[in-house]
Amino acid sequence: MADPRTSVIDERLSRTRRIIAVSSGKGGVGKSMVATTLALTLANEGCRVGLFDLDFTGPSTHIILGAQKTVLKEEKGIVPPTVQGLQYMSLIYFVGDNPAPLRGADVSNALIELLSVTQWGQLDFLVIDMPPGIGDAVLDLVRLIKRIEFLIVTTPSMLAFETVKKQAILLCELKMPILGLVENMKIDRANIVRVETKKLGLSYLGAIPFDPQVEEAIGNETKLLGTAMGKVIGEVARNAICAEKKER
Amino acid sequence: MAKSFLNAIGIIEFMHEWSLAEAVLASAKEIAEKEKLKEILEVTIRIGELQQVERSILRFALSEMKTPLFKCTKFRILKAKTTLRCRVCGTEWQVDINKMDKETAEAIHFVPEVAHSYIKCTKCHSPDFEIASGRGVWLESVKGAK
Repeated sequence: MADPRTSVIDERLSRTRRIIAVSSGKGGVGKSMVATTLALTLANEGCRVGLFDLDFTGPSTHIILGAQKTVLKEEKGIVPPTVQGLQYMSLIYFVGDNPAPLRGADVSNALIELLSVTQWGQLDFLVIDMPPGIGDAVLDLVRLIKRIEFLIVTTPSMLAFETVKKQAILLCELKMPILGLVENMKIDRANIVRVETKKLGLSYLGAIPFDPQVEEAIGNETKLLGTAMGKVIGEVARNAICAEKKER
Repeated sequence: MAKSFLNAIGIIEFMHEWSLAEAVLASAKEIAEKEKLKEILEVTIRIGELQQVERSILRFALSEMKTPLFKCTKFRILKAKTTLRCRVCGTEWQVDINKMDKETAEAIHFVPEVAHSYIKCTKCHSPDFEIASGRGVWLESVKGAK
């Protein structure tokens, strides 16, 4: 017995130049906001960008994008609808308002199903909003998408960073490329996360100050890109992602 | 807002079988290469009723997409009944997707795991069940000549 779906995942992503998983060992650090802002920023830079919400049990990128009624098109698989200029895929299309109580094996199966049926087409970047932790979704992506790169998000809290550190160590052990670490919701000038990040041998990409305007910008991509988060992510995209793209 | 996403599902046609056919052919080719088969004579596919894969569309898609490696291949497509098993009380039951509304059935067709959002244990009403059998598409065997 063989699962045929995994055989076409490479083909589905063959026209996507780079795949960036926005990830964190800890929940509540702002991964979805960072992932969505990054995707919108790259699209604003003129890139073709996809956004894939892999946080199946707590999807939120559709709210951040302010996505409205969307029609799914089928063309030998599912063609992700364009939402705010992004090719956008989420389990929300299939569960609506209902909770999705999925165990690990179900998460893996749903992830493989969506990876095997989604026709992303030609993309410069596919940004993936990961669920928190180092469980099934991270391990599956590492197994199924060999050229995935990770962007790690933390907050200044040591509670968050200690967990994030474990994720970073795991990804290093698995020899997965890590673009660097973004410190979100920074409220003071302490540089402990920066120092600790360097000790791990990772790039500290930037600090996003705590900004109440971010909450008000939810659902409005123009406002979001104008927040402090939008500006820092803009620098990260230009300096650490697009710059690297040109070098390749 | 999420509701409006769900409403959108109704517009999709049941044509996901093409991507599944592509996956079956790619997977059978990988197995043939591993087994050093020069030609594939028979491929047996099992499709779970939960995903409501249309056998005739799958067969048509396979015939349209097949490469010379599959020139003489007989595709056997078998069905598997869907059995769900509650993790809380142990109840096992079979589900008839045809009795569900069209939108829900279509959502489950594309991603069978979303059944957890719509189906509950018939005895204790928990959504914590496993799909014991009949989930999606499986390649059961690939036979050929070396």
